[in-house]
Amino acid sequence: MLKNLSLKSVLVSGAVALSMVGQAHAYEPARSAECIAPANPGGGWDFTCRSVGKVLVDQDYIKGNVQTVNMSGAGGGVAFAHTVSKRAKDDNLIVAASTATTTRLAQGQFPGMNSDQVKWVGTLGADYGIIAVGKDSKYTSLSQLIDALKQDPTSVKFAGGSASGGWDHLKVLMTAQKAQVENLPKIRYLAFSGGSEALVQVVGGHVDAFTGDVSEVKGFMDSGDLRVLAVLSEQRLPAPFNAIPTAMEQGIDSVAPNWRGFYVPGKASQESYDWWVDTMNELYTTQEWKDIMTKNGLMPFHKSGAEFTQFVKNQTLDIQILSKDIGLIR
Amino acid sequence: MDTLSLLMQGFAVALTPESIMFAVAGAILGTLIGALPGLGPANGVAILIPLAFSLGLSPTSSLILLTSVYAGAMYGGRISSILLNIPGDEPAMMTCLDGYPMALKGKAAEALAISAIASFIGSFIATIGLVILAPILAKFALKFGPSEYFALFALAFATLGGITGKNQFKTLMAAAIGLMIATVGIDISTGVQRYTFNTLELFEGVDFIIAIVGLFAISELLFFLERHAGDGLKQVAINKLKLSAKDIIKVLPASIRGALLGFVSGVLPGAGASLGSFISYTLEKRTSDKGEFGHGDPRGVAAPEAGNNGAASGALVPMLTLGVPGSGTTAVLLAMLISLNISPGPMLFQQNADLVWGVIAAMFVGNLVLLLLNIPMVGIFVKLLSIPPKYLMPIVTLIASVGIYSVSHSALDLYFMVGFGVAGYIFRKVDIPLVPIILGMLLGPEMEKSLRHALVLSDGDWSVLFNSGLSIGLWIVAILGLVLPIIVGPIVRAKMARSKNSTR
Repeated sequence: MLKNLSLKSVLVSGAVALSMVGQAHAYEPARSAECIAPANPGGGWDFTCRSVGKVLVDQDYIKGNVQTVNMSGAGGGVAFAHTVSKRAKDDNLIVAASTATTTRLAQGQFPGMNSDQVKWVGTLGADYGIIAVGKDSKYTSLSQLIDALKQDPTSVKFAGGSASGGWDHLKVLMTAQKAQVENLPKIRYLAFSGGSEALVQVVGGHVDAFTGDVSEVKGFMDSGDLRVLAVLSEQRLPAPFNAIPTAMEQGIDSVAPNWRGFYVPGKASQESYDWWVDTMNELYTTQEWKDIMTKNGLMPFHKSGAEFTQFVKNQTLDIQILSKDIGLIR
Repeated sequence: MDTLSLLMQGFAVALTPESIMFAVAGAILGTLIGALPGLGPANGVAILIPLAFSLGLSPTSSLILLTSVYAGAMYGGRISSILLNIPGDEPAMMTCLDGYPMALKGKAAEALAISAIASFIGSFIATIGLVILAPILAKFALKFGPSEYFALFALAFATLGGITGKNQFKTLMAAAIGLMIATVGIDISTGVQRYTFNTLELFEGVDFIIAIVGLFAISELLFFLERHAGDGLKQVAINKLKLSAKDIIKVLPASIRGALLGFVSGVLPGAGASLGSFISYTLEKRTSDKGEFGHGDPRGVAAPEAGNNGAASGALVPMLTLGVPGSGTTAVLLAMLISLNISPGPMLFQQNADLVWGVIAAMFVGNLVLLLLNIPMVGIFVKLLSIPPKYLMPIVTLIASVGIYSVSHSALDLYFMVGFGVAGYIFRKVDIPLVPIILGMLLGPEMEKSLRHALVLSDGDWSVLFNSGLSIGLWIVAILGLVLPIIVGPIVRAKMARSKNSTR
């Protein structure tokens, strides 16, 4: 696998170099491609497939059409297993993924599967994590909230839209860990079936704090019902979110992008993988994609090819260690 | 922004050619399904859910289609009640009482026309009620914390049997089956898998939609196979319509009263349309000093029809604002919403304002369409009653299979659908109601989650469940809802049976 990887990175850099001098590849994409969204219509992965599919066709990367196939189940596990076992050599298949995918891989929630079984193409943006409280909350900064947690880890209750141990829960734990809060497993987290349900409970004053993504909070932030204490990004986000301080500004080194991207089957040909990587690189710079990002609250976040593969590896490992530390997995 | 301008925006959505097309299609299909004896609105919507999936409709279009089907089925239910004395579903039973005698007197066309007008008034007034009440309730819903939600779910379960439910024990059993199915999959409060046996397809639990389509649509197919494989219903001739403005004015007060009563009983979780039509009918019978109720009084047709259509729209209020369905059909619609990744509740009115108001506006449009369809074209629907099911049912099966497959492209889902179909057939054979199963599946996980959340917030102190006026109020209603049917139920049912027998 390691050998494979280094070979891959050599080839990728080669391919990037080739595309920089503007030469065509040997690989020709088929007339049409398929994008698996591992969830029902209407969710984030469905959006990733449909919007990217549209740009791929509009910008003439794919001559025919890109069909979005919804394959829900096991939080992406069904689609992952399908890709590994039945479509391993398919050059014309991409599968939507996000931090939820790496979280589940890290925690062994796709039994018998790991991130090496597919090839990671790239990301096309991210939705950054935030921590927020209701407008009547006594906390006005993340540091205050963290101090309260340091005093008593059960003093602040968090609501989020993922299951226990899921990304929204992990964001809180990661932030608390970076701030040297002790007794992480004691932090109370209430799992809701979606970000909006959790948000209503925080705005209604029933739960202390909300953990979610920045794209979920715009409505209540504008109405003044929600006070966003921190965004978990390296730098402040562009307007209209530029008033939110980062956790880093408040001395807590916590960054949590929920990236949106793709993987392809593990035995897809090297040429097709390179083509997908280059295409995603180019797609990311098009005006059409930039407009889609703005419209849907996606923030700049682009990694591809070898860099992305390494990123996925690191993220999976980080999540695995954290999950073990807090006793979510053994 | 005020309600009116939001509603106007909704009309902008509802009046696009696409939306009108789906509203008309839904109205026609719904009326057709509702008119078939034994097929109620819950079945109607369940049968057509796969259609929305196989056509790959947007959430707005799907909901417009399905709410129109819902309204259409409520209209259609009266056709077989009046012409054949076979109610399409339970709420339509009261319409038989005076509708069938009218038909026997050669006034079938008048009875159909009056009931169509009453249905229209019922739906129209109740939709206005929905427009006024839903946004208020949506704001109020912010007051619902985990313990209030838990009380609300308890209330929904307590009133499941309803006033007209027959066997409380079987209702309880059905709800328990639903709750058991609901435990399959990941438990989000702990992240632990339950009853999944390491089968990836089960990790997210059993899909409601598959259960609904299997239980309602596939079991219906099995029933058709058994009952009358092949032959259609005997065609009924109807007379020429002679209806004056005076006749319509005469039934107006009854319709309006019925609509209001129906709406109120629809809003209450669990009570639903049967209660709406029953109360409307008995009140009308009591308030009017003379008349020939039970022997073909037009007001006896108008009141229950307005009542059950009013209740149908009323039941959408708790479903949209709190995520708690007020009837079987709204439970099916709720499952559809969840499948489309739209979470009902107060956020729905903020985040999906276009969708909610588009659907509400489409209900006004759909009702007008239904009124127009049902008066001049009622003859066509009557003719459709005689389509042999041998043509109809294969189409239903085809649509169901394609639709379910397109949801997640898994053959296992199809096996599950068939499995649920067979189970649904057996349940119906032994008189176990299907709606509580669906409600158990839908509400069980939510109820469990609310209880867990309430206890986490209180650090394990159970008294949190009764610590606000709102939750205490909900518990009182829940207890009443559980106890009253046991005391009042037999009296009400006896009355229903008496008034039905007296028409014979």
